[in-house]
Formats: sequence, structure tokens, C-alpha cells
Amino acid sequence: MIPAGFEYHRPGDVASAISILQEYGDEARVVAGGHSLIPMMKLRMAEMGHLIDLQAIDELKGIEIGAETVSLGAMVTQHELITHDGLASAIPLIREAALQIADPQVRYMGTVGGNVANGDPGNDMPGLMQCLNATFELSGPDGNRSVAAREFYEAAYFTAREDEEILTRISVPVPDAGVGQAYEKQKRKIGDYATAAAAVMVGNGTASVAMTNLADTPIWSEAASTALAAGDVDGCVAAMLDAIDPVADNRGPVEFKKHVAAVMLRRAIDRAQSRAA
Amino acid sequence: MNDQTMTPEERAANLKGMGSSRKRVEDVRFTQGKGNYVDDIKLDGMLFGDFVRSPYAHARVVSVNKDAALALPGVIAVLTAEDLSPLGLHWMPTLAGDKQMVLADGKVLFQGQEVAYVVAEDRYIAADAVELVEVEYEELPVLTDPFEALKSDVVLREDLEGQTEGAHGPRKHHNHIFTWEQGDKDTTEAVLAEADVVAEEMVYYHRTHPCPLETCGCVASMDKVTGKLTLYGTFQAPHAIRTVVSLISGVAEHNIRVISPDIGGGFGNKVGAYAGYVCSVVASIVTGQPVKWVEDRMENLMSTAFARDYWMQGKIAATKDGKITGLWCHTTADHGGFDACADPTKFPAGFMNICTGSYDIPTAYLAVDGVYTNKAPGGVAYRCSFRVTEAAYFIERMIEVLAIKLNMDAAELRRINFIKADQFPYQSALGWEYDSGDYHTAWDKALKAVDYEGLRAEQAQRIEDFKAGKTRKLLGIGLTHFTEIVGAGPVKNCDILGLGMFDSCEIRIHPTGSAIARLGTISQGQGHATTFAQIIASEIGLPADDITLEEGDTDTAPYGLGTYGSRSTPVAGAATAMAARKIRAKAQMIAAYLLEVHDDDVEWDVDRFAVKGAPERFKTMKEIAFAAYNQAIPGLEPGLEAVSYYDPPNMTYPFGAYVCVMEIDVDTGEWEVRQFYALDDCGTRINPMIIEGQVHGGVTEALAIAMGQEIAYDEMGNVKTGTLMDFFLPTAWETPNYITDHTVTPSPHHPIGAKGVGESPNVGGVPAFSNAVHDAFRPFGLTQSHMPHDHWRIWKIANGLGMHG
Ligand SMILES: Cc1cc2nc3c(=O)[nH]c(=O)nc-3n(C[C@H](O)[C@H](O)[C@H](O)COP(=O)(O)OP(=O)(O)OC[C@H]3O[C@@H](n4cnc5c(N)ncnc54)[C@H](O)[C@@H]3O)c2cc1C
Repeated sequence: MIPAGFEYHRPGDVASAISILQEYGDEARVVAGGHSLIPMMKLRMAEMGHLIDLQAIDELKGIEIGAETVSLGAMVTQHELITHDGLASAIPLIREAALQIADPQVRYMGTVGGNVANGDPGNDMPGLMQCLNATFELSGPDGNRSVAAREFYEAAYFTAREDEEILTRISVPVPDAGVGQAYEKQKRKIGDYATAAAAVMVGNGTASVAMTNLADTPIWSEAASTALAAGDVDGCVAAMLDAIDPVADNRGPVEFKKHVAAVMLRRAIDRAQSRAA
Repeated sequence: MNDQTMTPEERAANLKGMGSSRKRVEDVRFTQGKGNYVDDIKLDGMLFGDFVRSPYAHARVVSVNKDAALALPGVIAVLTAEDLSPLGLHWMPTLAGDKQMVLADGKVLFQGQEVAYVVAEDRYIAADAVELVEVEYEELPVLTDPFEALKSDVVLREDLEGQTEGAHGPRKHHNHIFTWEQGDKDTTEAVLAEADVVAEEMVYYHRTHPCPLETCGCVASMDKVTGKLTLYGTFQAPHAIRTVVSLISGVAEHNIRVISPDIGGGFGNKVGAYAGYVCSVVASIVTGQPVKWVEDRMENLMSTAFARDYWMQGKIAATKDGKITGLWCHTTADHGGFDACADPTKFPAGFMNICTGSYDIPTAYLAVDGVYTNKAPGGVAYRCSFRVTEAAYFIERMIEVLAIKLNMDAAELRRINFIKADQFPYQSALGWEYDSGDYHTAWDKALKAVDYEGLRAEQAQRIEDFKAGKTRKLLGIGLTHFTEIVGAGPVKNCDILGLGMFDSCEIRIHPTGSAIARLGTISQGQGHATTFAQIIASEIGLPADDITLEEGDTDTAPYGLGTYGSRSTPVAGAATAMAARKIRAKAQMIAAYLLEVHDDDVEWDVDRFAVKGAPERFKTMKEIAFAAYNQAIPGLEPGLEAVSYYDPPNMTYPFGAYVCVMEIDVDTGEWEVRQFYALDDCGTRINPMIIEGQVHGGVTEALAIAMGQEIAYDEMGNVKTGTLMDFFLPTAWETPNYITDHTVTPSPHHPIGAKGVGESPNVGGVPAFSNAVHDAFRPFGLTQSHMPHDHWRIWKIANGLGMHG
């Protein structure tokens, strides 16, 4: 459990970080909270010559609450997501989901940017961001661009982000008043990734439904969302079950995962509906 | 207040002796981060060792190329079996009479097996060098199922080919280790054939791991000038390690000093001898420099000592009104690639023959077949006396299965079959003499405390509600009445590698009336420094706070067999009381001399000897201590000290009654422990607070084991649960609130009547949790389902019973 040797860099701004990435190519990786990357390095499943720490870059920090949009710096920790009062009232779903990630120690270090950039199907934030229809802001050698969360995930650990790009901020539209939100997650114990998790928004004739750890990417289903918007809960669940593709692991076999996926989704829908105006 | 005015009760309270919930003296340093563990030890010029391990469960090792590793700056050596074989150290004896490869000798038998040992200047270089050692393997067919292994043509242990006789008798197959039989086969089978009712079931106790917070490790330091080898390590039996190291290394025993510093939990994981110890010793002897080796978490889970993995086929016979007439058990024991079980030599399946439990069963038969597979070796007593947890789980499941067959309440079935208080000492059908017990009293107290009738009524209502579609949650009531056998043990039938299982204590009283005591045991969190001082305080009347306790240094402590199997209090605790009594006997003579009366004319009074009939004329133990050193007393040597080596006449038999109330969500398999009640009878209670702590910890481990913790392998022999993400170690979040309770039935043969408690909660807890799961589904037709009861397996029960529509 000792990582291979590496050079440590601590740039003070995004531009310097990008130039280090350019200089060392796939020899280099950025590290945010390190709570996904460092375990992989200790297992020697990730080895890189250069580690670029983003902790000293102020541009990547801070939560800004606007009337229409919330902007989250990539380096905002999961702990900050939980303790920020403005965020909790603007988009309560984020706090509810963050509280179900890992444990307090991990959440003090783990960042929202790292969580969504990682590309691990077990991470909770990607599905959540798809449900919320968030947009990821990326900076690279060729400038800035935005990618919708719903377009970002290609396969496990493969995302639309280019190797030399850094995720800088996440913009999340503030849901309309009257939209009920809920995050429901089954896990084996504290500190565990989801056996199945569901993020649901419903109300005002709209709905959005996404699920986590049931395929090699998060699953936002348009069909499921449309069905729920029309009040068809069974149709929503059926569409989602069609979209997911879980694999057997220590959490259980495929039939079990499909079953609890439906249970989590129904529970999240129930709670979201009870919160809708 | 002074000595004159205090009542005897006040004086006794001041001693903080037996029965006092004295705070743990160890915690002052532990809570300040001032413990001193093996990995805290730093010696000048210390090198680090690390292992190259096999990624395969069964493979031939074709070649090992060290060149690239040796070329890395800072690498001192890379050892393989070839390097160890001229010393005869490429294999080592196991505690079970088998032998085990130290480094792969031509092949590997489990994933994670040690193949080469890298020695480097620091642990980072060592880790890099491990990556650079090139090993060529040729994969072989893998056997992970013991039943398959007994049928397979694949020979796992080629070194034993042609050997039809093992350490424990004949071997029936090349993958078979031993058969161990106890009891009366013919009579038992006749009883089964004629019984009104026979319940039969396969009860599997899955493979798991003790997983102490601190992993195994050592620092070996050979001083080439003095010829003295000092070995610091996470050893649960430091003296036994010294003897074994001497026997296998050829270094004279007086030139070996073994030190167990603070140990961060053992639970059986730190009893055995591991390749890391042997390689570190060799490396230090060769280099003349100290060498440290410490496992990481994955190495600990994958390679050092697993626990359980018993397939127990059972048959239990009874009359139609529920009186048990016979018990039959055949166990298939998966021992992995080498038989490295830590059991007393004559007991290859430990004390599995305690499997008649708390019940008066007139005839019984037990056979255990040990089998080699491609899994890690071990089979240690994970917070239990040797295989006692397996035995308790077996009988407590069989009782439930019988209750189903008889359509009887499981609490009542237990009650009518308990051994009665007046039957003790009780001879069990499988050969043990239970020392004392009062099971009916404990049982009634437990059922009353939880309002058993009320719980059953609530459960009946819940079943109705469930059937009516009003709830998706079931209620399970898990009952257990367990009897342990601990305190190994009488030297006449208990030894490990020929070392008799007595234990020891040496006490020295200082002139000012304080003391130091040293024992052959070693605390790993049990709080020996607290509780053994309390025994001495009560026996000789000096305050526990004035008594230092030391263990773990073989140069200073008297010889003993160490701490595991709940043996410290039954054996070393007895030695402590006996040594203290020797001191008191001498103190009596000194007091009589000082009081100018005959020895028989003084009597003991809490902390002093007083003249009979004249309590105002007395000498306190403090005064006596001073006189012992500083006053010439005719016919007596100066000084006040004693040593006792205690060979117990029998084991002790702690027991308890546990009840678990659990809520189960049939749709997700999630569970919640609503109530857990643990009544323990460990005989005389030395420190109630420590007992409570031990029960909390042990029940929490039991919760883990029953509800999720396992070492699982895939069919290729890969460990699927090698990290704490998948190996369930409960946190405060998953841990329920416990209610503890007790009855007190002292052991008649133990000097202070104590029986030991550290392991009871693990032994009793596992069946209580498991029975709660089974009980919830019993009304819907479930008889038996294997642990661990994690979400998907519980879901599978519900699914199999048609509860998902
Ligand atoms: C015990 C444990 C339990 C956990 N349980 C959960 C859980 O239940 N749910 C859950 O969602 N997560 C869980 N996690 C993961 C945790 O939330 C991580 O912190 C998170 O996944 C990654 O965030 P990080 O800041 O630590 O990223 P890092 O580990 O630093 O980085 C992760 C990856 O993202 C890349 N990266 C990071 N920041 C950026 C950026 N700004 N731009 C581009 N690339 C970037 C890194 O290069 C790396 O490849 C758990 C972790 C642990 C250790």
C-alpha cells in the first residue's frame, strides 16, 4: 500500500496547472481531495510521474448562489456542500446526497470536482448532476468549454474531458419552487458506495430521474423522466429498469440490484412527490 | 480518615480490588496516542522487509529473477526459498503438526502466498523493489471447495505425496489432512434410527478473519557482538515464539529475547508463526542490522490466519415432546493450503466437541475431516476458544431447526433440555466435565428482561400486518444460550507443539508497600494491567493503584503460553491469585512475629493481619512489607516475593443468554438491530466495567461476522474481500446499543472462581444475530440459510419464499 514515486507540483492558478499537464502529458494527473486517486496509487493501479495538486488554486474554490444558477468551484469539498446554508435552501438535493457519501473524514477532503471528474460509476455526484441538469466548465490549452453532465460520461473512467483539461466549475440550474427533490441510496455500511441510488426531481409537470452504480456510467433516463412528469410512476420505473445494466459484485447479483434499483427509485419518487408543492 | 477509623468496607473500596469498576490504567497512554506498537519501534540502521506475493491461488513457480530489484539503489537483498533452503528455513513447522512454506518452494498454494522477501533501506524502496522482482508462474487447476478437493485428482501438497499418515492419524485422500472422531458413533446412530423426530441440516460457518486494527509485524535485531537476538513482534504468545524461534533457527534460547510491546488487538490472528517473522530473523542475522516487517491491511486479510470455514452437517434426535436424545455432526473443515490451525496438539478440531452446548444430550457423535484447498492457511480461534464459536453456532442453529420440526417455541425447547444446576459437575457425551452452571436462572432472567412473551405477541401482530400488506418489515427474535469451554488448559491434555499450557505470575512487593507483577500472558486490549492488579489488591491488601503489571518481555516475565482462548484469567489469573497467596502466607508469619503472637493467632482482615479477638492490634500489609526487607526475623529470609506456575485442574465453562430483536426489510434485505440483550455468567466478576467493554466489543464483532463479514474467494481462488471496503468492519454507525446483564456462578476449581469473558460475546453473539434473521422468516417457511446475512442474501431468502410477488 505504498505508491510508486512521483514528482509533486502545487501550482497557484489554472493556467500553470494546464501547462504542467501539457509538459508531462499522460505522465501527469491532477489531484483534488485525493480520496479516489490516492487509494488507486497505493494499490499501484494508478501510477504517474507527476502529481499536480489543485489545493492552492483559489479560482477553483467557492460556492456562488445566483437567482437562476448555482456555481460550485471544482475544489469545493463535500463537507462544504453540506454546511453551506445558501446551497441547502437553493438546492436541498445536493446536501441530501452529499450526506450519503462516505463518512465525515472522506467528505472533509473529497471535492465535488474530483467526484464528477473521476468517472467512477460508484460516485454519487455524477448521477445527481445529471438529475439536476448541471453543466461542467472545462479549461484546457485551447481555452474554455462547457459540457452538459448528461453528455459527459462515456464509460467507466472515460469522460468527455480531454487529458489536458481541468474541470473548473459546475453550474447547476436552481430548480423551480415547488419541485420536490429526493436522494435515496442503499449501501452496505457507512463509507460504502451505492448498491443502488436514485436522484429524483418532480413537480410543476416536470421530472428528472437519474441513478447511480447500476451501469458503467450514471444513468439519466429521458423516458423515465417523461413518464414521471406525466405522473406515471410505474412507467418511470419500467423505463429506468430498461436503461440500467448492473453487474454482479460483492454487493449482490444482477436480479437483486435490479430489484433494489426499483425500490430505491420508488422511495425517492415518493419522497420527492411529498415535497413537491 | 485513617486506618483506625475506616470500616473494613471502606478499606476494601480503597484497594479497588475485585468487583471494582476501576478505570483502565492502559487508557492514559492509549488515549493520548502514547502507546508503543511494533511499528513505532525505530532502531539504528533498521532495514525494511517486504514480500513479493503470488497473484495466483495455485501455480508452479517457474523462475524468480531478482536482477532488476537488486539493481535498485537501496536494495540490500532479495531472498527466495533457494536462499533459505541451505539453512533449512524454506519451510517451517505449523502449530498443527504440519509444515508450511516460508517462501514458495516450487509452487504456490494460495493467492497472496509469500514468494520472495525483499530487504531494503526503507519501506518505500522495498515496495518499489517488490514490483521489480520478476516471477514466472505456470497456472495449475484451483480447488476452492473442500468437497471437490476430496474428490479431485489435483494434488495440492506434492510434498506429502504418498504419506498416508498425517500428524493426526490416517489420511484418506491426497487432499485430506485428518479425521477426528469423538463420542459414540454406533449408539448415536441407533438413537437417530429409533427417534420420534430427527432434524437434519447443513450449517455452514463461513470463512472470516480476525482483522485486528494493528496488522501483524515484527522487528528482528541480531547483535553480532553479543550474539543476542531481540525479536519485537505482535505476538500473542511471546514465550512460545521464543522457544519456537530457538528450535527452528538453532539460536540458543537464552540468546533470544522476545518482546511483545503494545498490541492493537489480536483476536487469534497473532498466535501463529508467519513467514515474515522467519524472513526478518534471517535477514537480521545475515546483515547484522535490525529488520522491520509490517503487513499492510490487504496482506493481513489475504495471508495471515483466517478463522472458521466449517461445513457442519448435523442431525438432532428428540422425543415428540422435545426431549433431545442424540446429536450427530460431521464437519468438513477447510484448512487452506497448509494446516496452520492454532489448536492444542491433541485437538486438531479444537474444542469442537463442546457442540452439545448447554443441553443434557445423552449420546453424541462428532467427526471432523480436515481438507487442503487453495486458500490461505489459518483456522485460528477468532475471539473464541478453539473452534468453540463454530460449535456454539452449530448447536444453536440445530436447536432452532429442531424447534421448527417439532413446531415448538425455541425458548421452551431450550429450557426443557438445559443441563440442570444440580447436575454440575456435568459429564458431557463428548467428553468434557462442565465445572458449574445455572442455565435455567440465566434463561428466565433474560426472557423476563426482554419481555419475551410481549415480543412474540408483537411478532404475531407484525406477521398479520405483513400478510395484510400493511408493512414490508419483519420482526426477528434471535435467541441463544451458549456454553463456552475456555482456559486451556490442563497440561495433561493441552499442549501446543509440546509446550504445556500452564501459565504464570511473579509478584514482588517493594519495601514501601507497592508492587510489580509479571505474567506469562500478554494483553492486546483486554486490560490485564488493570484487572490483574485488582486480583492482587484483593488477595494481599495493597491498593491496585500501587501495583505495576508487566507482560510481554521474555527476559523478565516468567514463562507462559500467552493470551488467546480466554485463557488469561482462568490460567494466569489463577497463577496471580496463587502467587499472591504465597506472599500473604509469608506476610502472616511476619505479622505474627511483629505482634509477638503465634502465626495461628492472627487473622486476615482486608489489608492487614490482626490478632484474633483484638482487632485493634494489627499490622497492615504496608508495614509488613517494610519489615520483610528491613527487620531481621528469625527463621525467615528477607524479602517478599513469590512466583506461581498454575496448571489448571480443568477448563472453565462460562455461559450466557443473549436475545437479539431485529427489523428486516424484505424488499432491500436491510436490517436493523432494535434491541440486543446480553446476559453473561463468567463466574466471579473482577472488573464489571471491563466486562461490559469486552461484551460490547465482542458482540460488535459477532454482528460483523453474522451480518456481512467474510473472506470470499472466486472460483479462480482470488480473494474478493481483501480491503475494508468489502470486508465488513462495523463503525459506530452500524453498532447497536447493547444491554448487558449477568448472573454469577463461580468456577469451583478456580482460586477466585473466575471463568473468563473476553470471548463469550463473539461466541454467543453470532448465533443470536443469525437466529434473529432465521426467526423473522420462520413463519414463512425458512429453515436454514447460510451466513453472512448481508443485504442480498437476506433479499434472496425473501425472494425464494415468494415475498416479492
Ligand atoms: C472510504 C471511501 C468511501 C467513499 N464513498 C463514496 C461514496 O459513497 N460516494 C461517492 O460518491 N464517493 C465516495 N468516495 C469517493 C470520494 O467522494 C472522493 O473524494 C471523490 O470520488 C473524488 O474526489 P477527490 O477530490 O478526492 O478527487 P481525487 O481523488 O483527487 O481525484 C479523482 C480523479 O479525478 C481527477 N480530478 C480531480 N479533480 C479534477 C479536476 N478539477 N479536473 C480534472 N480532473 C480532476 C483526478 O485526476 C482523479 O483522476 C469514497 C472514498 C473513500 C476513500
